[in-house]
Amino acid sequence: MTETLLRVRNLTVRFPMPRARLVGPRPWLTAVNGVDLEIEAGRAVGLVGESGCGKSTLALAILALVAPQAGTIEWRGQPVRHDDATGLRRMRRELQVVFQDPVGSLDPRMSVGESVAEALEALEGPQAAAASRARVGSMLAEVGLDPALHTRYPHELSGGQCQRAAIARALVGRPRLLVCDEAVSALDVSVQAQIVNLLADLRRRHGLALLFISHNLAVVRHLCDEVAVLYRGRVVERAPAAAIFGGPRHPYTRALLAAVPDPDPAAHARARVPELRAAAAAESVAVVGCAYRPRCPLADDACRMQAPRLEDAGDGHLAACHHGRVRPPAS
Amino acid sequence: MAGSIRASTMTEGALWGDARRRLRGNRAAIAAAAFIAVLVLAALLGPLASPYAVDHVDWTLSPLASPPSLSNGHWFGTDSNGRDLFVRVWTGTQVSLLVALLATAVSVVIGVAWGATAGYLGGRVDGWMMRVVDVLYALPYMFFVIILTVVFGRSLWLIFLAIGAVGWLTMARIVRGQALALRQREFVLAAVALGLPARRIIARHVVPNVLGTVIVYATLTVPQVILFESFLSFLGLGVQEPLTSLGRLVAEGALEMETAPWQLLVPASVLALLLLALNFLGDGLRDALDPRLG
Amino acid sequence: MGSDALFDVRDLGVQFTTPRGRVSAVREASLEVRRGECLAVVGESGSGKSQLFLGCLGLLAAGGVVQGSARFDGQELLGPDAAPRRAALGTRLAMVFQDPMNALTPHLTIGRQLVEVVLDRGLLDAAGARARSLEVLQSVGMPEPEARLRQYPHELSGGQRQRAAIAMALMTRPDLLVADEPTTALDVTVQAQVIDVLRAARDRGLAVVLITHDMGVVAGIADRVAVMYAGRIVEMAPARELFAAAAHPYTAALLASVPRLDTPLAGRLIGIEGQPPAPGDEPDGCAFAPRCASVLERCHRSRPPLESHENRSVACHAAGAVR
Repeated sequence: MTETLLRVRNLTVRFPMPRARLVGPRPWLTAVNGVDLEIEAGRAVGLVGESGCGKSTLALAILALVAPQAGTIEWRGQPVRHDDATGLRRMRRELQVVFQDPVGSLDPRMSVGESVAEALEALEGPQAAAASRARVGSMLAEVGLDPALHTRYPHELSGGQCQRAAIARALVGRPRLLVCDEAVSALDVSVQAQIVNLLADLRRRHGLALLFISHNLAVVRHLCDEVAVLYRGRVVERAPAAAIFGGPRHPYTRALLAAVPDPDPAAHARARVPELRAAAAAESVAVVGCAYRPRCPLADDACRMQAPRLEDAGDGHLAACHHGRVRPPAS
Repeated sequence: MAGSIRASTMTEGALWGDARRRLRGNRAAIAAAAFIAVLVLAALLGPLASPYAVDHVDWTLSPLASPPSLSNGHWFGTDSNGRDLFVRVWTGTQVSLLVALLATAVSVVIGVAWGATAGYLGGRVDGWMMRVVDVLYALPYMFFVIILTVVFGRSLWLIFLAIGAVGWLTMARIVRGQALALRQREFVLAAVALGLPARRIIARHVVPNVLGTVIVYATLTVPQVILFESFLSFLGLGVQEPLTSLGRLVAEGALEMETAPWQLLVPASVLALLLLALNFLGDGLRDALDPRLG
Repeated sequence: MGSDALFDVRDLGVQFTTPRGRVSAVREASLEVRRGECLAVVGESGSGKSQLFLGCLGLLAAGGVVQGSARFDGQELLGPDAAPRRAALGTRLAMVFQDPMNALTPHLTIGRQLVEVVLDRGLLDAAGARARSLEVLQSVGMPEPEARLRQYPHELSGGQRQRAAIAMALMTRPDLLVADEPTTALDVTVQAQVIDVLRAARDRGLAVVLITHDMGVVAGIADRVAVMYAGRIVEMAPARELFAAAAHPYTAALLASVPRLDTPLAGRLIGIEGQPPAPGDEPDGCAFAPRCASVLERCHRSRPPLESHENRSVACHAAGAVR
């Protein structure tokens, strides 16, 4: 019986935009639009989408770093509220994060050992500080860093080493869910591979659940049990990994799969990358009908008139597309 | 990435070792720092080197105001009351430096605390805190100092408190701007995600990362404070007898400009050179500590 | 070989003066780019791939010195006379960087920046410049080009900004475009689009140098590939042959580390243990030896020279034993 660690229902996050006119309604940008999400203990869920789709905002809302306008977030059955400092502190002990910029996510004025020790003290209280040297050292070793590096500053380490230190800081308090917000996107490909393997190992060893956010489906493929695809703040497809990679039902998912850089020149020569008309800069105007319509090769009148809802085709595979039940064209 | 040469030659980030190295390469700043050190030594040891006391009137001179001479031991000459200028100039330098350092310390402490808190908390709190700063800025501080002096008399402590109370405003604005930018940095977000309370984040993450800017502006504030104190003295509101400051000496010397030019030239030169050196040092510190973060 | 190459680099070296002394970023690098072909220069951070070209173009940071020869269309760029370099750079030889905001001025419209490129050099008049800027925006696939001309960089998305930066580089109809990690900061979908833009330009006759660390991106466009490690070129080959059978263990490892869609689900990615040596800390012998899966005893003692065979070169004692 696996516990549901995180349950997100109908989450909406909006940001005010600068006014174009002095009078009239203030324009809002809806970054996250009615998203549902669940993560069970030990599961790795991938959250995929391009820049601006709202995945980072969703992560910030889950971490209670940003307040939502609507919807609920429950951590282990308890609702998460911004005004409940004790509740938040309890949640933070079990829910941690690794960010995209390895060097930027560490305080440049603190050595990596100090950063990890600070996390230990913050999460477990000042009494943990006494034993911290040993635990910091063993945590650094566990993420593949020589414990002797604990005196180094972020700018003295490589991107990969900094990201390992950030992972050490996130895991030193033994959380149950780790949010990785594009945690490998800023790394060289070979370093990316090391870090992905590290996350997989740590997950196996500690039964850690993961929310892995990325724009590259190929990376997600190596880590995640389940994948949710986000477009313009809405989940457009969600399914177990095998279903997403074997038979995607939403045209956007297919476009993302086609865009993965394949190290095989022959494949590039054969494939016709679907025409992806470039996304316009973020709009705050509500779009009638399906939000993906301007870029979709399958768009028709039905798509223009009504926005498709996220529907289960019967096998636990959810897709928000009027053509979602149509078998994907042979690639 | 730090593995590449680019990172190590461009030394991103303002850690002290790199800063010290860059400062050492700046000859003007090093010369200025050396000069200030010499000046401070002279200010401390000078009065001991001369046989005269700071308020001793040398009745043997006729007229009382005598030009610099090596024979009678008045190496900088005397002022209109026959007091040795050498001792008075160095004593005055001591006072000017003391006032400047203490006043700057006050403005740094208050300004950093205020600005870092306002910038980090943002929103309405920031709005109100900075409105206070705006209002205080609008007050004519000269007026404020005069009232304080009238009410509490002209004590040394009052002077530097008054100057410090005004000086923190600019520091607060500068620090607030830096703190506002720091708030968006990922390591601050990470600290919030750890559940650290705001005061811990401000103390451990915001303040240390604005220190570079603070040091630079503090070094550039010191000359401003010295000038302000001199201005007060010029108006007759500065330090009281028998204490003197560079400003007072300049004020007194200006009155005797035509008949006894050394009374103006000596303290004015020391003041001008001190300010010049402080500005060079401040520039050098800014280049060395320039936070090229983010 | 050599004389009809558009861009010909011989024995290039780049050093920097650091607090630890003189350190080499690039050593003994030789390569050439022919007209209308795309050469991909691949390596991790710190391999020297960017410094190589920055050195050739005279764009090194303070403290950097370059030796060797770099000839562009027969003219020496690194000689005592700086005139050929000044004439070529920005007109016949253009460069695009990782962050398009480094090329785009935030307070000028896109149209203004494009037009300035040719107006400043007196290459076209105002009307011609405007026509050319529209033409170039269309060639990079920018949606709604007329509207873009009036927009500011911050109003464009990341991918559009990179297209605009590439457009700026193409304004003067250069013969060679050096693109330094143009896709690294972008999403995969936008990456694919930017590579399409570069490929289309290559198909129209532009020679392209693509500097990157991502083999997946290279496969979409490169005709030939040069692989760099710790400041040296360790392998050079036509793209198809390299991808089919890499001779150098590092190349093979780079290829293996690219995440793919045809491997078993939740399988392990193959990374390379350890990390590249910091400049100045290279070991004796082959710099890759400490991390190499095919390492032999002599690899630690002597550095393998770059040996050419037909149209491939490789610097490895164990070459041919891989894959």
